[in-house]
Amino acid sequence: MCVAVPALVKSIEGSLARVEIGGIVREVSLRLTPEARVGDYVIVHTGYAINVLDQAEGEETLRLFEEIARMADGER
Amino acid sequence: MKFASEFRQGKLAQGLLSKIRGASKRPARFMEFCGGHTVTIFRYGIRQALPETIMMLSGPGCPICVTANADLDKAIALARIPGLIIATFGDAIRVPGSYTSLQVARAEGADVRIVYSTLDALRIAEENPGRKVVFLGIGFETTAPTIAASVLQAKEDGLANYSVLSLHKLCPPVIKALLDSGEVALDGFICPGHVSAITGSKAWEFIARDYGISCVVAGFEPLDVLQSVDMLVAQVERGEPMVEIAYRRGVQPEGNTEALRLMDEVFEPCSAEWRGMGTIPDSGLRLKDDYRRFDAEKVFEIDPGPTREPSGCICGEILQGLKTPHDCPLFGEACTPEEPVGPCMVSSEGSCSTYYRYGGGGIER
Ligand code: SF4
Repeated sequence: MCVAVPALVKSIEGSLARVEIGGIVREVSLRLTPEARVGDYVIVHTGYAINVLDQAEGEETLRLFEEIARMADGER
Repeated sequence: MKFASEFRQGKLAQGLLSKIRGASKRPARFMEFCGGHTVTIFRYGIRQALPETIMMLSGPGCPICVTANADLDKAIALARIPGLIIATFGDAIRVPGSYTSLQVARAEGADVRIVYSTLDALRIAEENPGRKVVFLGIGFETTAPTIAASVLQAKEDGLANYSVLSLHKLCPPVIKALLDSGEVALDGFICPGHVSAITGSKAWEFIARDYGISCVVAGFEPLDVLQSVDMLVAQVERGEPMVEIAYRRGVQPEGNTEALRLMDEVFEPCSAEWRGMGTIPDSGLRLKDDYRRFDAEKVFEIDPGPTREPSGCICGEILQGLKTPHDCPLFGEACTPEEPVGPCMVSSEGSCSTYYRYGGGGIER
């Protein structure tokens, strides 16, 4: 029930935003994330953006995973 | 970055798995609190892929599953009030209460509407000024701020016909109750990612500090879960329990302060009944007195009558990690997703439904 999905903010009007989730455009409330800007990815839960996703942290995590995969390959 | 498929790459999963296999020496028992994590773990076969040293248990993190029959009965009694409209998330309508479900009440004429969001419920209230609309507030800290926002919106818009039946539950108190019961021994928790997006990872510090159990907040993609297991294993091997985040793109230590502020404006903690676990102090949320006119319990006289538990259903013990769905004689026989006996088979994140859909997750350990 805490299912929430990443969505790209396309436009903002007041406390409502149009976001794109897997190619589909939906209207969501930014009431819980007033800091969200067009171009941000937000986590959407039941029609509300509950947090803004951190692009840099996401990329850093993937870099770490790639590093781990390389090390695992080297051991084999 | 699209924040989705990148975190499902098989090659990277293999890397994490071989790191976990290399590092895990001591036997360890980890609980994924959240039903969403149970789904990820089963869907991607993570239990079977983990080394023998690691045992995974499913926890009580399914809001529908933990809702007590007495509370479901209240919702059904409300639905039977003539002219009233119940707005609810889809999962709730099929859950059997003591005698019937919202779905049956609807078939018998009650106006029960499934909505995707409280925004839809507000719209229904606006479009039906002559009728009362009650939103069924079921959910954890992830959902509660969205319901708080709807109450504030209703107040600002002067919507007098909107109210909320608040059956919200809070996660830290139930984890505390679970650990205090002393019945389940754990070395680590995979902490719920979207609850933590609101509460922050700081909400779990008491678990590491007071109980010496490792905690890692995880997202819901398979690589997120594997990373959290890797971090838990590292903590266990070092013998240094602490709180870490394996979902840094979505969770900060301090959480979403604006969401917490709205929640705190509208709600206050109260004791709440959990299925199979009894009443836990300060584990629920009720509307503050300033918002009593939006509180369905204050607006309506609700008399659901006596409660009855579904006979043979062991959801209560499954939710505490004491039993698995395979221990239930009704599993897959008298109880299936089509004809559910208990809530753990109804909710798409309930353990019974997950075991049923993914074939019991293969090897039982
Ligand atoms: S299989 Fe059905 S009856 Fe058994 S514990 Fe699960 S939900 Fe309850």
